[in-house]
Amino acid sequence: MAKSIDVSDLNIYYGDFLAVEGVSMTIKARSVTAFIGPSGCGKSTFLRSLNRMHEVIPGARVEGKVMVDGQSLYEPSVDPVAVRRQIGMVFQRPNPFPTMSIYDNVLSGKKLNSKRMKKSESDDLVEKSLRGANLWTEVKDRLGKPGMGLSGGQQQRLCIARAIAVEPQVLLMDEPCSALDPISTSAIEDLIHELKSDYTIVIVTHNMQQAARVSDETGFFNLKATGEPGQLVEFNSTKQMFTNPDNEATEAYISGRFG
Amino acid sequence: MAMTTEPRSDRDVTAIDQSTGRVGDVVFAGLARSSGLLIMLALAGVAVFLVVQGSGALGNTGDAVYGKDSIWGYVWPLLFGTLLASVIAMIIAAPLAIGVALIISHYAPRPVAKTLGWLIDLLAAIPSVVYGLWGINFLALNLVPAYDWLQRNAGWIPFFEGPVPNSGRTMLTAGIVLAVMALPIITAICREVFAQTPKMHQEAALALGATRWEMIRMTVFPYARSGMISAVLLGLGRALGETMAVALVLAPSLLVSFNLITAEQSSSTIAANIALNFGNASGAKIDTLIFTGLVLFIITFAVNFLGRAIAVRGVAKG
Amino acid sequence: MTDTTLTPVDETGRHSMPLQGAQLPRYAPGLAAGIAVGIAVLAVLLGGVGAVAAVMIGWVLLAVGLPAWSRAVEGPRKAADRVAGVLVWSAFALAMIPLVSLVWTVVSKGLPILSAQFFQNSMRGILGEGGGIYHAVMGTLIITALATLISVPIGVLSAIYLVEYGKGSKLARVITFLVDVMTGIPSIVAGLFAYALFVIFFGPGVRMGFGGSVALSVLMIPIVVRATEEMLKLVPDELREASYALGVPKWRTIVKVVLPTAVAGIVTGVTLAVARVAGETAPLLIIAGLTTGANFNPFSERMATLPVFIFYAITEPGIYDEEMAAYAWGAALTLVTLVMVLNVAARVIGSVFAPKTGR
Repeated sequence: MAKSIDVSDLNIYYGDFLAVEGVSMTIKARSVTAFIGPSGCGKSTFLRSLNRMHEVIPGARVEGKVMVDGQSLYEPSVDPVAVRRQIGMVFQRPNPFPTMSIYDNVLSGKKLNSKRMKKSESDDLVEKSLRGANLWTEVKDRLGKPGMGLSGGQQQRLCIARAIAVEPQVLLMDEPCSALDPISTSAIEDLIHELKSDYTIVIVTHNMQQAARVSDETGFFNLKATGEPGQLVEFNSTKQMFTNPDNEATEAYISGRFG
Repeated sequence: MAMTTEPRSDRDVTAIDQSTGRVGDVVFAGLARSSGLLIMLALAGVAVFLVVQGSGALGNTGDAVYGKDSIWGYVWPLLFGTLLASVIAMIIAAPLAIGVALIISHYAPRPVAKTLGWLIDLLAAIPSVVYGLWGINFLALNLVPAYDWLQRNAGWIPFFEGPVPNSGRTMLTAGIVLAVMALPIITAICREVFAQTPKMHQEAALALGATRWEMIRMTVFPYARSGMISAVLLGLGRALGETMAVALVLAPSLLVSFNLITAEQSSSTIAANIALNFGNASGAKIDTLIFTGLVLFIITFAVNFLGRAIAVRGVAKG
Repeated sequence: MTDTTLTPVDETGRHSMPLQGAQLPRYAPGLAAGIAVGIAVLAVLLGGVGAVAAVMIGWVLLAVGLPAWSRAVEGPRKAADRVAGVLVWSAFALAMIPLVSLVWTVVSKGLPILSAQFFQNSMRGILGEGGGIYHAVMGTLIITALATLISVPIGVLSAIYLVEYGKGSKLARVITFLVDVMTGIPSIVAGLFAYALFVIFFGPGVRMGFGGSVALSVLMIPIVVRATEEMLKLVPDELREASYALGVPKWRTIVKVVLPTAVAGIVTGVTLAVARVAGETAPLLIIAGLTTGANFNPFSERMATLPVFIFYAITEPGIYDEEMAAYAWGAALTLVTLVMVLNVAARVIGSVFAPKTGR
């Protein structure tokens, strides 16, 4: 079952630098939650702290609590590798492994965990994942070709297939369409709609229309002031956010008066 | 920074331009170009002089080739020894260098890694004769017990037949010294390519739930494969041409022998052989030694060329 | 897993999130290493095992024990990760042994012999005690300085040709290729080249310091070209264009704008190149030879240098082999110090005089 995420009072640091301060929110299961805000306001940083990818950067650390399924992600007994298996991630730029075929790319995560899969099992999983990512019909005849040979949008969907092949509970997407053309973007947005029934999806986007189109709830991040840490200004249902936001700064941002 | 003086007298500058400017340009460009040509000439010179002097040795027999039947009978054992010592060095150095490079690029914390990289660079700067001195006076002596143990327990393998000399000056010692010398080169190249592995692929692997080692195997090694091969080849090039360390450790010899832990039945290398014999050589013997130098030059050239070709292909591909 | 629709809910494994997979405590590697060391020490004290064997025992205990423990608690994937970690760190430790041992040996054996007299005396008329390396130090300085004098103009000018004039031309490509080839020339071959060249002018059996400089130049030029090329490529084209736009001719632009911007990097590269060739032995062995006294004329007769002095002190010590060995270590320490000072200087130059951006 897809899980909900409870964040309370989260501070995120790079070394001594406080990047994001005091974020609290509840991300609902089986829904799409979007984060919007100007560049450098910490929304990507916050997203990465949800599956402990943040700490990959040397010196990065967090304070506060992230609870998923009743477990705190940052307990010392929790294994970051297990966290990332359960909470998958899709990155800004499509990043299929350059030396692997399409087939191997899809299986790359799964292979880490299962010792030896039967050929039929892996075939099934590849098909299932590629279908799940709406890519199957486009690539089914060239599964052995390198993943880098696909178009940007196809590569991104391949990365989504790779992420869902591991069968995570939550899917984090860090501006997944920012490097794509409008047609590919719309394909990904359609896909997000379909994936919503099985996964909790959190997406960071630069594009407010995109947030309005795909998400059920939206969080607006902004810097307190120049040089100050980023913070969550407002968290609301997308409908309310884009029609009648509670906060003046949100309204200013959404109506295009800054950012 | 030099610009501050220019606007002062625009007119003067243009005036100078038309007179000395053009001449200056021609002269300067000519100087630069002829320096480049000089390099071509120098290298052509190296090849031509070696070929001219060395080819005189092709017909040498008897005393002129130190009692062998022909020049080939003289070159072959040395060539064999050169390859043997270098291959031993690579077998030891390559895995160690990859380990050290991984420590610097992925395992050690950032500030520590920087210091370590610097230390390894210093290791590369130590003169080869000092390595030789250390090899003969410290390493060789301390390896004797290990060689004794090898002979007792693995003596049935031709490599470890012995007898072990008390000095410890054996082919294996030479190989180890060469490994120590080649290690910094291989490490430097490997750590560079490891560090260049795209962050986004590494993060993709981690986000799929890979451990650090799995991430390295999924992303770093495939990305760096051609770089690693070319690093080992360039290290091999260094080991092949290395003179002093081997010259100090091994006695002159013209044997073809796989015995790695003995002094009397050991092979020697081309470079060391030249260094040890050149001082006392004269006449036709000098030609013979120069011919062996030519052979060494061709082999190191081939290995280095291959190494660079692979590196370039790797860059073009990735 | 065989159904083709994505229905994660049906999968029993997905109902709960096993984030809390059993883990070894953070101090596990330290603890395992401690136990391994402890057992190794015990083996020495109680079992009378040799030091090397004890290290081997300790290492095997760590390399097998920690992954085995991890496998039992954390599973095979984490165990593989730990094996890799142990192997990588072991490779590192193993590679550090020669460095530490080499520095320690050179310093501990070289230091006792160093004295003012050691640097003031040569070996002329000396048998056994009282000798020094004055002649070898002078020879090394003279030959290296001459090599620098030959290499720097040729190397820098060639790099200027490659970057500023010949970009993309056939000649430039050929030169780039040849420079690559030159970096791989075995040093002894460079010595043979110088010998073969000088024989033409001076007859067989020629020995002179200048020949050594020529041989070292063959090794040094490619390093200088490479370093300069890199630095010139770093100079932004905007600077050149700004200068052209002021009507400054190309050669003056190069001399007044491009070179000053790149000078710190070039000096660093040259210093590193000097450090590299100052320790070269093989070519000097062939063409410069060895003498017992100081010779200040690089154009006639043999000239002693530190590396060659070390080599002969070990290979042909004569009857006073203990004294000669001591001299060799003293000379080695001097040589290593010289090379290290040059290396550190190069780095300091590189960082202090690097082009200042913004002030």
